[in-house]
Amino acid sequence: MADRALNGAIAVTRFGLGARPGEIDEASHDPVGWLRAQIRREGGDQPVSAPLPPLAPPVAVKTAVLPGVQPGTMAEGTMQAGAPVPAPQPLQPANTLDFGVGQPLPTMQVAFRHFVDYQQARKGAKDDPELRRQATAPIFELAAEEALARARLAAETPAGFRERWTLFWSNHFTVAAKNLDTTVAVGPFEREAIRPHVFGSFAELLLASSMHPGMLLYLDQAQSIGPGSQAGLRRGGGLNENLGREIMELHSVGADGGYTQADVTEFARALTGWSVSGQRDSGVPSGGFLYRDNFHEPGARKVLGKTYSDEGGRQAAKVILDLAANPKTARRLAHKIAAHFVADDPPPALVARLEHTFVQTNGDLGKVAETLVTSPESFQPQASKLKTPYEFIISTYRAAGFSPRNPAREVVGPLNTLGQRPFGAPQPNGWSDVAADWAAPDAIVKRLTWAQGFAAANTPQTPPPDEARLALGARLTPATLTAVTRAESRPEAFAILIMSPEFQRR
Amino acid sequence: MTRTSSSAVAMSRRSLIASAIASGMGATFLGVAGGAAAADFAKKKLVVIIQRGACDGLSLAPPIGDPDYQALRGAIAIPADKALKIDATFSLHPKLAATYALMQNNQARIAPAVAIPQRIRSHFEAQDLLETGGAQLYSSTTGWLNRTLQAAQPERKIDALSIGAQEPLILRGPVQAQSWSPGGRLNVATNRVATVLMDLYASDPLLASALATGLATENRIDVINGGKAPTGGDVKAFANTAAKFLTAPGGPSIAVLSLDGFDTHARQGAADGQLAQRLMLVDQVIDGLRLGMGEEWKNTVVVMATEFGRTAHINGTGGTDHGTASCMVLAGGALKSGGIIGDWPTLQGGRLFENRDLAPTLDVRSVFKGVLMEHMGVDQRALDNMVFPNSAAAQPVRGLVA
Repeated sequence: MADRALNGAIAVTRFGLGARPGEIDEASHDPVGWLRAQIRREGGDQPVSAPLPPLAPPVAVKTAVLPGVQPGTMAEGTMQAGAPVPAPQPLQPANTLDFGVGQPLPTMQVAFRHFVDYQQARKGAKDDPELRRQATAPIFELAAEEALARARLAAETPAGFRERWTLFWSNHFTVAAKNLDTTVAVGPFEREAIRPHVFGSFAELLLASSMHPGMLLYLDQAQSIGPGSQAGLRRGGGLNENLGREIMELHSVGADGGYTQADVTEFARALTGWSVSGQRDSGVPSGGFLYRDNFHEPGARKVLGKTYSDEGGRQAAKVILDLAANPKTARRLAHKIAAHFVADDPPPALVARLEHTFVQTNGDLGKVAETLVTSPESFQPQASKLKTPYEFIISTYRAAGFSPRNPAREVVGPLNTLGQRPFGAPQPNGWSDVAADWAAPDAIVKRLTWAQGFAAANTPQTPPPDEARLALGARLTPATLTAVTRAESRPEAFAILIMSPEFQRR
Repeated sequence: MTRTSSSAVAMSRRSLIASAIASGMGATFLGVAGGAAAADFAKKKLVVIIQRGACDGLSLAPPIGDPDYQALRGAIAIPADKALKIDATFSLHPKLAATYALMQNNQARIAPAVAIPQRIRSHFEAQDLLETGGAQLYSSTTGWLNRTLQAAQPERKIDALSIGAQEPLILRGPVQAQSWSPGGRLNVATNRVATVLMDLYASDPLLASALATGLATENRIDVINGGKAPTGGDVKAFANTAAKFLTAPGGPSIAVLSLDGFDTHARQGAADGQLAQRLMLVDQVIDGLRLGMGEEWKNTVVVMATEFGRTAHINGTGGTDHGTASCMVLAGGALKSGGIIGDWPTLQGGRLFENRDLAPTLDVRSVFKGVLMEHMGVDQRALDNMVFPNSAAAQPVRGLVA
């Protein structure tokens, strides 16, 4: 029984995104079953641009200060002197928050129109900074809407493991907002190329990621031209190796995958022609995948010892399918999955099980996920992973039973400060998954600062010891329980809880 | 009143942790100058800047006098009439005006053909090697600056500070470094939660050590900057604040900061454009450091390096792909005057590495070692064996520091 309680807490906090009130009890009946039930063929959940419910009860009006927030903007009308402090209202049970109803977020082509509009507007704006600001504003609004929708899904979903598994793959195939065209693409990329495939075959996922306009723009593939292609011969231009290299190094076999510079260049030649449609391409909407035969380098290519005949745009797809099936890809991903979910230095037996499943099922990610959650090594009691800032913020919202509603103040701002700008990984290898990278002294102080601001504004009304048990279940240590119980106020108790070692780790 | 007691708590825990780490290691490696020399070295300041994403050295310091430069670079060649001329071969990028002014004053130098010891074209592996200081990949998991701090203990305690929200690998290791980044501040003096957490973190050394050091830094920022911190966008103010940490009484001797966005595969630009924007930030950082160091600039060396350079030839998308050698920049009032550091391999067809990249003539470790030896007083045996393991063949560059 004790084991089941601990495994329930581990299931929810290590494999899920942290416990909403009641979730650990629910999972503790059958921790493995609770996790397995979240694996489904159709992939991850889709965030939606949900109409926001009325503002949360302004229970903490007296101390409603988040860093940098003007109090008057939080709960209009309740802040004037003499206004009665509203009675605390009961929390809305988290499982009644319905994130499934709402407007779908824009597709890649629709989002790309914002970029096309910007380009048009810029011509008119010349050097007028105000006009330029107006032209870029819709792009940043869209990005903020994406960040909020994704954070709300994570904060509200009853299938936390499904979302964490999705976020793992989204980080594996990083597309970051590095300029305006990629800023409109980051949300659609994750929703279209990643989420539908996370429990399908890895080959499909790799191909979907490699072909999505978001990736083609982010890794500079769209304009890569074969020197011997029609376009190359007529107007020059040439190869760009970026996507070819990163598919091998980051997305599949890995840097020790045995390829050479010659393999990278040959793969880059095979990829020529994979592009993104723009305004000049008549008859197709802008912002879609477009194979440009006149960019494609003619001829057979030799990659990792195998020759690929020239089949136009299919040539690169065949290389990608072989990279997906390469045993080095299975080994590397098995290690990366185990390291993400269980420990920076993962149990070798778990890595071996994952690799075995990956190879036996030809990269069936649903089966790999099942192996992960059914392996005994996954439930080692030691919680050695340090939450990333995103995991920390999301699990805090879940513990409080709230969901963020203001993109700038509650999602983008804090994540920037904590060093994890939404959709903003600084390099194509994505966010670090190693505890030491997130435990710089300044970073821990910033977490504490945010924690206290959050607690002041959003303290749950549950008695603090109960709150601690709801958040951590059997993982709660006597030391933390004592500290929470002895706190001077509810905000202080909540801040201690979310900064406790067992909440920071998973 | 509360301030003193609270910071005393933090400090005593911190020393406790430090001694626990030291005894656990059992290492008492005497690697730096002691005695009278130590007092001189104690004044010295070192700033290491890592340019992430592989900065194009051929644009940072364009070899405009090299006969092959123009043809290789085409549209991204820096025009001779805009570049800031250093000598018959080299210029600086036009956005590096403040750095150029330092150079005119013998306070900046370039090393135009430097590379890490292994030929790697993966950003992430190459950054690992640059920061671990290993002779080959995966030979070390700690950073060479952290091992520099270790080499100094227990004779001389050298502190280091990383600037930014994440801990860089170069400082990772058993000696706890400080860190700072702009953003919301915490009043340590009145923060009860911080005190409670210091007790709870007794079971978690990683968090305990980080929080103790972070709180001590918070105390300091109030003192040196009047509680104000620059916003993230103002790079010069940011560098200026970093410099104030270094010059504050009892401040660290070493600071590390990273700049990213150098991976210019497409639309790299020439005198203006994408890379020019990043180089402008580089120039502002160096200038901000100079301003912030004030009088102490004379005791300062800034050394800037990237994981590798970029292809000599412009690629098909107006950019450059992953290459080999790139250009290091050294700046600071403590530098010795002198010309270009290392040999220039030229851009002739036969001289290019693998017929595509600028060939390295100097090991990046040789430059780091030269600075650590002459500027920080680190013993050469420690440099050869501990700070940069198995690096005896990469001799320190001498004569960099006055």
